[in-house]
Amino acid sequence: MTIEIENLNAYYEGLQAVSDVSMSIPERAVTALIGPSGCGKSTLLRCINRMHEIVPGARVGGGVRLDGADLYAADADPVEVRARVGMVFQRPNPFPTMSIAENVLAGFRLRGERLSKADSESVIERALHSANLWDEVKDRLKRAGTSLSGGQQQRLCIARALASRPDVLLMDEPCSALDPASTQAIEDLIAMLRAEHTVVIVTHNLPQAARVADRVAFMATTETGDGGHLIEYGTTDEMFNHPVRSATQDYIAGRFG
Amino acid sequence: MSDVLPPSEAGQVGARRLDALHLLTLSAALATLLLLGGVVVFLGIEGAPALSGTSENLPAGASSIWALAWPLLYGSVWASFLAILLAVPVGVGVAVFAVFMARGALGRWLGTAIDVLAAVPSVVYGLWGLAVIAPRAVPVYEWLSTRLGWIPFFAGTPSTTGRTILTAALVLAVMILPIVSSVSREAIRLVPSSSTEGAQALGATRWEMIRTVVLPEARSGIVAGVMLALGRALGETMAVAMVLSPKPFLVSLRLLTSENPGTVAAYIAQNYPEAHGLEVNALIWLGLLLFAVTFAVSFLARAIVRRSGGGSR
Repeated sequence: MTIEIENLNAYYEGLQAVSDVSMSIPERAVTALIGPSGCGKSTLLRCINRMHEIVPGARVGGGVRLDGADLYAADADPVEVRARVGMVFQRPNPFPTMSIAENVLAGFRLRGERLSKADSESVIERALHSANLWDEVKDRLKRAGTSLSGGQQQRLCIARALASRPDVLLMDEPCSALDPASTQAIEDLIAMLRAEHTVVIVTHNLPQAARVADRVAFMATTETGDGGHLIEYGTTDEMFNHPVRSATQDYIAGRFG
Repeated sequence: MSDVLPPSEAGQVGARRLDALHLLTLSAALATLLLLGGVVVFLGIEGAPALSGTSENLPAGASSIWALAWPLLYGSVWASFLAILLAVPVGVGVAVFAVFMARGALGRWLGTAIDVLAAVPSVVYGLWGLAVIAPRAVPVYEWLSTRLGWIPFFAGTPSTTGRTILTAALVLAVMILPIVSSVSREAIRLVPSSSTEGAQALGATRWEMIRTVVLPEARSGIVAGVMLALGRALGETMAVAMVLSPKPFLVSLRLLTSENPGTVAAYIAQNYPEAHGLEVNALIWLGLLLFAVTFAVSFLARAIVRRSGGGSR
């Protein structure tokens, strides 16, 4: 599922967060958004599943196309968009009142879709397998989702997103709250997901972007108050080894951000 | 560095201050406990003689204090239960509305308006129930009685004055609405945005998010609010005393008739001025029983909150 971002502008109240970003994100690949804090990369990510607009006063201009269909068309329903585009957040957020199994099925329950017992079981097993979590939790599916370790919780959240078979998976700094071993597990998982999913990941961690991404987009603000621009976008090799723009070179070399 | 105390002395100053604060708060806490204990002891000593009372010397010719007490305790619990039943859906609805629907000025205005309801004196609610609600409820009760009279709750001849236990419960419901709604509002507001965002990111509509994620996570807080409200409703005196003219010793499920059970608090208030001899002890014993029931309710509330809140917060 290719994502075309066209002249996207995003605002909070009066403040511009993303400034005129156009880019094409290929399917079945991992695309990383990198850049210094406040460069609008998370906001850009949240425009891809229309989560940006849930903040009061937030606005989006321009368009995002998923295989040609404009997510911001007048007749596009943001709720449907979010069901098709999965999202994983910075901090693992399994629903505390639900068990592991219920968390995996939460998307269906939240959308009011009924599943038969057999279907539920196969969805749970498939999603937990895809999230590389099945072997660790198969004997305690009825335990609270919050009883797991942080890294397991994050993989549970990935399973929850994958259970609905999303076209695209968005990840907003999914490892920033995790220890190195859990981070490793998530990165391995991202490498597996690439085969079937279009993954867009925001990360602060440059080595991580280099490890997991096929393509990397570097964003930065050029003037204060102007919002984040897309400075440079290319394959991981191009971006890390032969960046063209001086701002990219400086950021990759750790000279700012 | 000269004006900074060496660590050991700084620690001592801190400790000494803590001690004074400790003493002050400890004495406040002890005073509260002492007062609570004093009330129980007073009620126990003054009420105990009623235990040996007979139909000769007890109020309303009751054969024993328990014959008098049970119907009234039933009335208190029944009226409060009905009030909770009426107030909780509205109160939680208002809370949800204030947090999720009414952004900005409307939400604040609504919150304040509901909180102001809590400041209205209960005698005013009593007057309102008596003068406004009761007469207007009569046709409604007649309708309920003809259409739904086969349900035991609506059986019997409907009251012509509208002064029924349902009217009393309605007045109570309005009185406890602010407690339910403001405690629920806080509980709902405390549901972390990680949960609400997580739900929305899975393609939930706002209503689905509220029903499936927000309310379950806020449940322990909402239950706490309901229990607080129940405590208030059980102890409410004036509003019930003004609306209901109870029939002694009656235990009934009927909501619409002119024959209604009384409540403990209203019974005490209505009968204390004319009570003498053992009747006074009997009323005090009733007070002790009501105290025990409200105490039990708040303990139950804590237990429920502890059990259901453990996982969520």
